[in-house]
Order: sequence, then structure tokens, then C-alpha cells
Amino acid sequence: MNTFWIRVQQMDRRILYIVLALGVLVPILARWKMDIHPSPEVKKAYDFIEAQPEGSTFLISIDYDAASMPEVQPMLHAILRHIFRKNDRVLMIAHWPLGVPLGQLALEEEARRAGKVYGKDYAFLGFRPGLAAVIVNMGKDFRSAFSEDYKGTPLDSLPVARGIRNYDQIAAVIGLEAGSVGDAWVQYAQARYGVHVILGSTAVVAPDYYPYLQANQIVALIGGLKGAADYERLVGYVGTASTGMTTQSVVHLLLIGFILLGNLAYALGRRQS
Amino acid sequence: MQREVPLFITFITGILLIIAFFVPPVSKLEETFLDWYSIVAGITLILGLDSLIIHHLRKIQWKKEGWVHSLALILSLNLTLLWGFWSWWKSGSPFAPSASFLLYFYTYVFIPLQATMFALLAFFIASAAFRAFRARSLEATLLLISATIVMLGRTPIGHKIHPFIPVLSDWVMNFPQLAAKRGIFLGIALGGIAFSLRVILGMERSYLR
Repeated sequence: MNTFWIRVQQMDRRILYIVLALGVLVPILARWKMDIHPSPEVKKAYDFIEAQPEGSTFLISIDYDAASMPEVQPMLHAILRHIFRKNDRVLMIAHWPLGVPLGQLALEEEARRAGKVYGKDYAFLGFRPGLAAVIVNMGKDFRSAFSEDYKGTPLDSLPVARGIRNYDQIAAVIGLEAGSVGDAWVQYAQARYGVHVILGSTAVVAPDYYPYLQANQIVALIGGLKGAADYERLVGYVGTASTGMTTQSVVHLLLIGFILLGNLAYALGRRQS
Repeated sequence: MQREVPLFITFITGILLIIAFFVPPVSKLEETFLDWYSIVAGITLILGLDSLIIHHLRKIQWKKEGWVHSLALILSLNLTLLWGFWSWWKSGSPFAPSASFLLYFYTYVFIPLQATMFALLAFFIASAAFRAFRARSLEATLLLISATIVMLGRTPIGHKIHPFIPVLSDWVMNFPQLAAKRGIFLGIALGGIAFSLRVILGMERSYLR
């Protein structure tokens, strides 16, 4: 007993890894399901999009890459599915060059599912370097930032973009974030031009955006895999985020267990030694 | 002259952009500067690529430690570039759904590699949670308790244990967390303003080195 807690403290980390790996795998293989209760900040995003008149145009910005894909990509799918179901329109851009294909793949998939036509219902404008400069320029004159889509087709040839001059014709900017581009959307697009901004982000980044949410500088915040699962629930389908919720629940419980065990072993081991 | 000219350009640009922000008739000037900025930002990508290639070519040339990795990087970079141009030529865009070659590598090589690197974090976090997250002081104990509440509240299991846990988690995020974040943001903003003024006035010259 004397050495037990000291031995627990010095436990081989590979045991923790195996327990964690099982915590990830078992819920997926066993197909456990859990009830999802959408949080108020995610519901705000859904309600805002729902309240826009049919045919509204949303500007979606892909500001993440493959490392954050498991968390943010399900948000993109759920939001696109919602927008297309409402017969609204989408313009997609990217501030992270390596996120371009992710945005495009999701856009093509959801458009195909909803029977939408490229150029008429949606368009992909691609990546432009410059971040803040691109955001500010879109507010002054959209074509000074994006004069053509990713294929080189002039914007005026695309019905979906023909009437877009600046943010005044955009119902909301939806920024999907894995870094600090969300700050730029608030500081340059919302603060200067008053455009509505909805942010979706990884769970790590989400706390940075709470001040904007409380100050009403963003309409809503979809944070992490839980936020994506909330949105899937609101749209009414079970996607990868909803499936991942059981895994995330088990892993969070395991981490809490590890913290408690570590502290217990530390306290008792110290007392005994 | 080598120092004075860049300092003068910085001063004039900074002052002009401040004026352009507040005086609508000259706001067109800001647009012009932003266009230039976009062009320069684009060129920096090329400069970055240039530095990367030169750094790794030197490593290969002198057979420094890890030169094989540099070789893999140079080969991958060139292959990606070639496939990108090939896809562009064939499909009109490097990432068009029909540009299967590059998209195949992005989907089946790049995404799994990057996702794997990021997923490994879960294991490091588990190890750190067990070994380092100790309630040694009051502050550490408060951090531990709030982390537990938020971790439970951000998953459906929290609601299942007790419906009040997500509410408590939201409170932690909306009040203590937010207050601390806002304080940090204000500090960063004030620091940013002070630093910008120092750069504009020529007191901060480290960027000239």
C-alpha cells in the first residue's frame, strides 16, 4: 500500500494511451447514441439564417485546414444543408489556402444533394492573400477583392454574384475558423461595415470569440464538435459531429478521471513518502 | 540613407492611412494601399517558398543531419507543383473535382497526415492531464474545477449527469472566462496601438534589420 500510489504516479504512459484509444474506438464501433441539446449560441445562428428571406446570399469563409477538419467540416455541411434547404445562395471564399479543397468538396457535395446549380445558386471564389485587406476591400467594392471565381469566370457572368457590390447585399458572413481570422471579420467587416457575422470555430478557439458574442458584434457562435452536433440536430440529421459526441463524452470523462487519479496519487503518495 | 528612406516611407504611410480612415474624401487612398498590400502579401508567399527551397537545398548539398527529410520535402513540393499545373491545364483549376490527381493526394495523403498529427494531441493531453494538472494551490484548484465543469458541459454526457451542468459551463464561459479574455484583448489592443505609434514615429526600428 505504501508504494501503491507512488507506482500509480509513475504509471507507464502507454497504459493511458491504450485506455484513451479504447475510449475513442469503442463508442464508434458500438454506435452509442446520445441526446443532443443545442446550446443557445448555436440556436441563435440557426434562427438567424432561418429568419432571412428566401434567396438571401451568405458569404462563407473557409479559414481552417485539414488539422481542424473533424471539428469544423461538419459545421460547414450542416450550415450549407440549411442554407440550400431554404433556397438561399452561397458565395464561398477562403483565407487559408490549404482549406480551399475542403470548402469546395463540401460545397459541391451539399449542392449536389440539394440539386443546386453552380453559378446560379452558389459559387466558389477561392483564396486571396492579404486577409484584412481582402475583407476591407470586399466592403468597399467586392470586385476589387474578387473579380472572378476560382475557374476565372467573371463575377458578372454568375447570376449568384451579379448583384453583389459590397457587404450590403450579403445577409451574413459565416466565418469558419481555426485561428485568428474571426477577429479580422469582426474588426474589419462587422465594425466598419456593420455586416452580420456568424462564427464557427474549433473548441480551442471558441473562447476567444465570447467577448464578441456578448457585445453583439457577432450574431452567434458555433463552437467545436459540440457546436457542429448542435447545428446538425437543429437541421435535423445525424452527421459526423453527432456521431462523434459519444466519443467526445467518453474521452472527456476519461480525461477527468485521469486528472482525479493523478491528483489522488500525488496527494496520497506524498503523504506516504 | 539606407535607414532614413524606409523610416520616412513608414511615417508617411502610417499618417496617411490614419487620415484616410477618418476623412472620407481620401478613403480611396486606403483602397489603393490595401491593393498594394494584397500584392505584397502574394509576393511574400513566393519569397517564403524561395527561402524554404534554398534552406533545404543547402541541407541536401552539405548532407546535414536530416537531409533525407529535406529531399522528401523538395520532391513532394515539386511533384505537387507539377500535378497542380497539370490539373490546372486539364481541368481549369488545380482543385476542380475533375482534377482528380491533385485532389486524390490532398484527400488521401495530406488530410490523413495533418489530421493524424493533430489527433496525437489527444494522447499528449491525456498524459499531461495525469502528470501535470495538480491542485497545488487555490488558483490551480479553481482552474481544475472549472475545467471539469466545462469539459462535462461541452458534451451531451454533462446534460445526462445533470441538466444544470451545461448551464454552469455556459456561466463559466460567459463570465469568468470572458472577463479574463476581455482583459487580455484590451491589453493586446493597447500594446498594439503603442507599438504602431512607435513604428510610425520611427522609435521602433527592429523591422529594418
